[in-house]
Parts: sequence; C-alpha cells; structure tokens
Amino acid sequence: MDFSFLSQPAFSGGGTYLGWVITGIKWTMLVSIFAWIIAFTIGSVLGILRTTKVIWLYGPATVYVEVFRNVPLLVHLFIWYFVVPEIVPRTLGLWMKQGMPMPEFWSAVLALGFYTASRVSEQVRSGIQSIPRGQTQAALATGLTMPQVYRHVLLPMGYRIVVPPLTSEFLTIFKNSSVALTIGVLELTAQARSISEYTFRTFEIFTLATVVYVLITLTVVVIMQVVERRLRVPGYIGTGK
Amino acid sequence: MFAGFDFDVIQRALPYLWQGMLFTLGLTALAMVGGIILGTLLALMRLSSFKAVSLPASAYVNLLRSTPLILVIFWFYFLVPIAIKQISGDSYAQGIGPFHSALIAFTLFEAAYYCEIIRAGIQSVPAGQVNAAYALGLNYWQATIQIVLPQAFRNMVPILLTQGIILFQDTSLVYVVGLTDFMGAASKVAQRDGRLVEMYLFAALVYFIFCFIGSYAVKRLQLRITPPR
Repeated sequence: MDFSFLSQPAFSGGGTYLGWVITGIKWTMLVSIFAWIIAFTIGSVLGILRTTKVIWLYGPATVYVEVFRNVPLLVHLFIWYFVVPEIVPRTLGLWMKQGMPMPEFWSAVLALGFYTASRVSEQVRSGIQSIPRGQTQAALATGLTMPQVYRHVLLPMGYRIVVPPLTSEFLTIFKNSSVALTIGVLELTAQARSISEYTFRTFEIFTLATVVYVLITLTVVVIMQVVERRLRVPGYIGTGK
Repeated sequence: MFAGFDFDVIQRALPYLWQGMLFTLGLTALAMVGGIILGTLLALMRLSSFKAVSLPASAYVNLLRSTPLILVIFWFYFLVPIAIKQISGDSYAQGIGPFHSALIAFTLFEAAYYCEIIRAGIQSVPAGQVNAAYALGLNYWQATIQIVLPQAFRNMVPILLTQGIILFQDTSLVYVVGLTDFMGAASKVAQRDGRLVEMYLFAALVYFIFCFIGSYAVKRLQLRITPPR
C-alpha cells in the first residue's frame, strides 16, 4: 500500500489528489445533510398524517409512501434530473435546465430527500403508534384538543422513542448519497473512482474511501448514542441499566 | 403535460426491456439465495460463544453495513479479476464476466443484511427449544439444523422476502458499471431515442408495480403464516 500519490498534483483542478478526496467528503456531507432536512421535515408531516383517522389526511400520505417506497432510488434520481424539467411549465423547466445553480446537486438532494421521507414517515408513524392508547385518552379527558394531544403528548414521546431508527435512516441517506454520482455529483465514491482511473492506485483509494465512510458512520453512531441516552424514555425495553 | 408523450417508443423497446428485466430478476433471485445461505452462516458465527469465530463475522457485517453499495460494486469489479489471477496463478486468466462479478458483489453485500435479520430470527426462538434438543442428545449441528433454523425461518420469511424486494430495487445500481439490467436497458433506450421522459417514467411504473404487488403478497403471507400464540 502506497499512499504517496495523494500528495501528487492532480490531473486537473490545480490541487492534489488528497484535495479531490476532501472535496468528495464535502459533497457527500452536503448532499446528506440537505437531503436529511427534507426527509425529516416531509417524513414527519407524512408520519403524523398517517396516524390520524381522517381519510383525506392519511389517504394521500399513504399513497405517497407506497409510491416513493416502491421505486428504486436511482429511478427517483433520474426522474428529478431528466424528467422533472421536461414536464413542469416551460419557463420553470427552462430555468431548471439553464439558470438553476448546481442542477446535479439539487436534483440529488431533492431525490434523496423525498425518497427517504417515505421511510422516515414510517418510523415516525410507528413511534407515535407505539404509545399506549391510554395516554391519548387521558390527554383528551383532561380537556386537551386533538392538536394539543399531538403537540404535548404524542410527539414529544414519539420522537424520543424513534431516535435509534432515525439514526439509521440518516446513515442510510449518508450511504445512499453515493448514488448521486450517476448524475455527476462528485462526492466521495465518484472521486475515488476517478482517482483510481487517473493513478491506477485502485486498491489504496478504495480502501481510503471505505475507511472514511466507516469513520463517519462510527462518529454518527457514537454521537447518537449520547443523544439517545439523554432522550431515553424511562420504563421502556432497552432502557434498563 | 403528456401532449408530446410517445407511447410508441416504449412499445418498440419492450423486447429489449424484457431482456433487462430477466437479468434483474435472475440477479435478484440468485443473490437472494446466496445471501441467505451466507447470511445464515454469518449469523451462526456471530452468535457463537467463541470470540475467534464471532469477531470476524461481526467485523465483516459492520464493515459492509457502513459502506455504500455502489462502492462495494466498484470494489468487486476491481478485486474479483485480481482474485481470479491470484487463485489460478495465470496472470492472463479470463475474467468471469460482468454478471458474475455483480452477482458476487450483491451476494456478499446482502449477506451482511440477511445476517442481521437471521440473527434476530434465531434469537427469537425460545432458549428452551435448544436446551430440550441438547437434552435429547442432539449435537450442535443437529439442534441448529433440525430445531432452531426451521422455527427461526418460519418467523423470518416475511422479512427475508421484504429484504428481497429491497434487493430487487438495489440491483438497479448495476447501472454504474454499465450492465444492462432493466434500468440499464431503459436508460440505453432513453438515450438512444432521446426519450428520457417516457422511458424513466415507464421504468418507475414497472418497478412500482412489481414492488407493490410483491409487498402486498408478503403482507398476505405474513397474516397466513404467523403461528398462533
């Protein structure tokens, strides 16, 4: 294993190959974080809607989840990047193709965000539904309205219960961000592939990329373990010790 | 919106797309079988009380679960030919072709995910079953194969099939190494004919129909086979 190629001047761009790796990490993080903001927001709304008993609230949310969950991420990505600019109104489509800054990046963010929203919504829904019905009934009996029950009882409890699955959803987004290379986002995996093409140091650069992915995953896991411990609901399975 | 929609493109491309779909289904089925077999072995290793056996299995599973699938596919495209040259000792050895490389990558990748499902399944079998088997004089393999695994798999079948549906979607990523699976076929036609809108929406529709029917069937199956408690 010889990593000296990392400090050599890169084929293009003026920096070194190490610079390419760092740029790759930056784009991986940016895609993941922006996509997570979308996924968490939309996913929360959908998850909450799916726990209601009003058909025109939970109906559309269910359709969204089924449609988005049953189509591969790659197809979502191509639809956002190639299809959406063609089928929206002409002026908007033209802007998306010519005026919009960083079209690959934003397509990747939107595709990944809206795709993962369907998975986040399932976690949020199961968190809310795992709260015993007695709590809702008790809250209603004390005179809270249904929105207040959600605001003061169900959501604070539900989110604390689903911290662990939401962590793994974030890690899934982080790993799935590599799919963005198919539309030309130069994130970590894409950079690793092009460095291997320019330097033939395939083994070294893939090892480096894998180590970076594992390290970031481990960091997130360790941070979230602390968060989890602080947010834990006493009295649930897995909260012993 | 669909004024300029050209259904004819789809119709003309159907035989080619069907070839791609056969590739996708074949890859999914083989990788699923391989992944479950390997995943079962990994799960048994992880549950072993010998550290020398359980640690390598845990390391493998955690490594693959924190690596993106695309990177794993690239890894195997690079490693498999080298491994073949090493094993055969012939530096001009023929590769095994893109399908088999992809198959190996998906099998080894999915094995890590199947391992975790199967481990949970094995742990859901009451300890008394194993104790009773040992009390009858069965050894480890007899107890595992005849007592533990049949009960574990019965509980796991729905989750294993759901993971199979996820695998079916994931196989679309062989696109990154240029294979002609269903998505690869759709994208080749889309670019050849300049009909991206029609082809990608059609691909989405087909994936949706397959996966929706699949997950509905799994749900029905789950209701039927859940053992009475």
